[in-house]
Amino acid sequence: MACGLEIPLRGYSYGHPLFLPTLEIARNHPIPDLLDKRLVFVTGKGGVGKTTVAVALGLRAAAEGKRTIVCEVASQENASRMFDHAEVGFHEVEMEKNLWSISIDPDESMREYVLLQLKVRAMRDMLFRSRIFNYLAAATPGLKELVTIGKIWELAQLDRKVKQGRKYDLVIVDAPATGHGIGFLQTPRTFAAIARVGPIHSQAQQLDRLITDHEHTGTAIVALPEEMPVNESAALERDLRDEVGVAVDRIYLNGLYPERFSKAEAGQLEKLAAEQDGAVRAAARAAISEQNRARSQRAQLARLRRRVEAPVKTLPFLFEPELTPESARRLSRRLD
Amino acid sequence: MPGLGEILDGKGICICAGSGGVGKTTTSAAIASGMAARGLKVCVLTIDPAKRLADSLGLKELGNEAKQVDPKLFEAKGVEMKGELWAMMLDAKATFDELIARQAPDEEARDRVLNNRIYQQISSALAGSQEYMAMEKLFELHTEGRFDLLVLDTPPTRNALDFLDAPKRLTQFIEGRSLRVFMKPTGLAAKVAGRGASVALSVFKRIVGFDLLADLAEFFNAFSGMVDGFQARAKRVNQLLADRRTCFLVVCGPQGEPIDEAVYFHRKLVEAKLPFAGVIVNKVHYPAEDLRGDGGDLPATLAEKLGDEDLARRVEKNFGDYQALAERDARNIERLAKELSSRAVIRVPHLDEDVHDLAGLAEIDRYLFATSEERVAMAAGRA
Repeated sequence: MACGLEIPLRGYSYGHPLFLPTLEIARNHPIPDLLDKRLVFVTGKGGVGKTTVAVALGLRAAAEGKRTIVCEVASQENASRMFDHAEVGFHEVEMEKNLWSISIDPDESMREYVLLQLKVRAMRDMLFRSRIFNYLAAATPGLKELVTIGKIWELAQLDRKVKQGRKYDLVIVDAPATGHGIGFLQTPRTFAAIARVGPIHSQAQQLDRLITDHEHTGTAIVALPEEMPVNESAALERDLRDEVGVAVDRIYLNGLYPERFSKAEAGQLEKLAAEQDGAVRAAARAAISEQNRARSQRAQLARLRRRVEAPVKTLPFLFEPELTPESARRLSRRLD
Repeated sequence: MPGLGEILDGKGICICAGSGGVGKTTTSAAIASGMAARGLKVCVLTIDPAKRLADSLGLKELGNEAKQVDPKLFEAKGVEMKGELWAMMLDAKATFDELIARQAPDEEARDRVLNNRIYQQISSALAGSQEYMAMEKLFELHTEGRFDLLVLDTPPTRNALDFLDAPKRLTQFIEGRSLRVFMKPTGLAAKVAGRGASVALSVFKRIVGFDLLADLAEFFNAFSGMVDGFQARAKRVNQLLADRRTCFLVVCGPQGEPIDEAVYFHRKLVEAKLPFAGVIVNKVHYPAEDLRGDGGDLPATLAEKLGDEDLARRVEKNFGDYQALAERDARNIERLAKELSSRAVIRVPHLDEDVHDLAGLAEIDRYLFATSEERVAMAAGRA
């Protein structure tokens, strides 16, 4: 174990933690720890399981007694689907004890934002009926993303701006897929640069400060144990750290196959597959496949650990036809 | 059921669509290399900022210009390359700049747009501009006629359909009724300056600040001379997408959600009267349905043959796990096939090693280009 950094949760951990020199550990060790932050962005390329990890982190934080909300952007409603819940929409809906969910719609965020600015509902409604306002709002690059991040900021406030807003200890964001992911987190800075003056300029700067506040805001990258996803995750970590300036606290390598068979056993099974047919052969082949994948994935895990600075944690592949709330719950217990 | 060779016969453009994480980039590269190996001059275009395609083709980097993949690399992997494989990665900003240069009536108008800060944001960051520029580049390459076949790897949007609407959204953005309002002498520029400002405008100004609004007004002014050119071009791009020599392939994974998306995407393509050609399902788990009743005494047989009860138990458990995934995949694909009423569904198995180089692409091509009988035989062989 590398200096107490890699404490396996419930005695369960795949792979071997990479030993890091003391200095490295001091730099990499997330201070304070991921779930002690106020705002966590879960990011990564499409199809790696960002929603699952975001929900699992949410369940874990909720189980630890933290009042937590999981936010989805771009109206995917993956989290509510996972809970077999009706679509939550632009509302804070309780999923479990201590766990809420919201789908942040940019248009709704815009309405809420403008109301907070104008204070008068009738004036806001008048504005939204105006064609010129709607056109300008749509034409301003990045405005939708900005108000989305603004809503995330609002959720993370202890002194909520919306009336009777619930106080959360932790806000987890299921961020858009990479490619758009960095752009999303960079929006406030970009926007502060194009709107050089006015209230939105200072608000954009404020949002940028929130995103780059390493003490309160963190990111977790979700990766897969394959060649190109590993390359992309390493590049993403670099971009998030160097270009956006955000803290990268964790990299979760998702879908790691268990090591069920040793190399010697695989050799034995190869022989069996060659001699037999039918179900015996198919079973032997499935075992050989499993062994091949588990082995090549561990090589990718090692590559990832060499190429990134943040601690890499693994999550097991679940041999389940469809993921259920129970799968997320089990994953949440394996998070560290 | 035809293989890809038949599907793509006589086509000039193949557009691969699907949501993120389903292997779209790899599939696009495999299709392009497979058709090139069969004697065509093929170019694959990717919009992916993550340089995945360059990685898998052994190219250091890709730029906005097409580069040829060294045929020797294929020969080294035992693939006979009868044609040529080219690849490029779309640089949305550079393509947009070129387009402005082409459409601008003069240099002054061009520079006014290129230097405008709103334009600079739109050309690199506005959602949809990447997608629009992909269509633009496709159109440009098609018009040049240098290649027999163009394969487009569409960007990893969360919604696979975004790119279809992109040309429309972006042209709506820079043209149309609203724009004309701003161009009038009493339009936005004048209103920003304070003359006859409507309440809505002054409130918007209060929120975003004068500067941003002035930049927007300037942008629309600078753009005014190019609107007609953009409109005409967007129309021709749309015609090209609907052409009978164009085809759309949907790429997906075998899990419930990707299959749902593929079904949805197929419906949308048909609704839009675009030439849908088939679905490629990646990472399908075999073996197989027909072994279900076959394993009654499997634990005993395994234990006997292996001489190790513990190993036999683990092999059996693992087989059960794989079978459950294989059965799920088979169910989902059946649902998909029903929806497509027997149109092409091509399955590519979940290979033991993930695909990231030319050898891997060649392996995928064996499945993509096989006839259905060959595919069944190969799957059985793998199982």
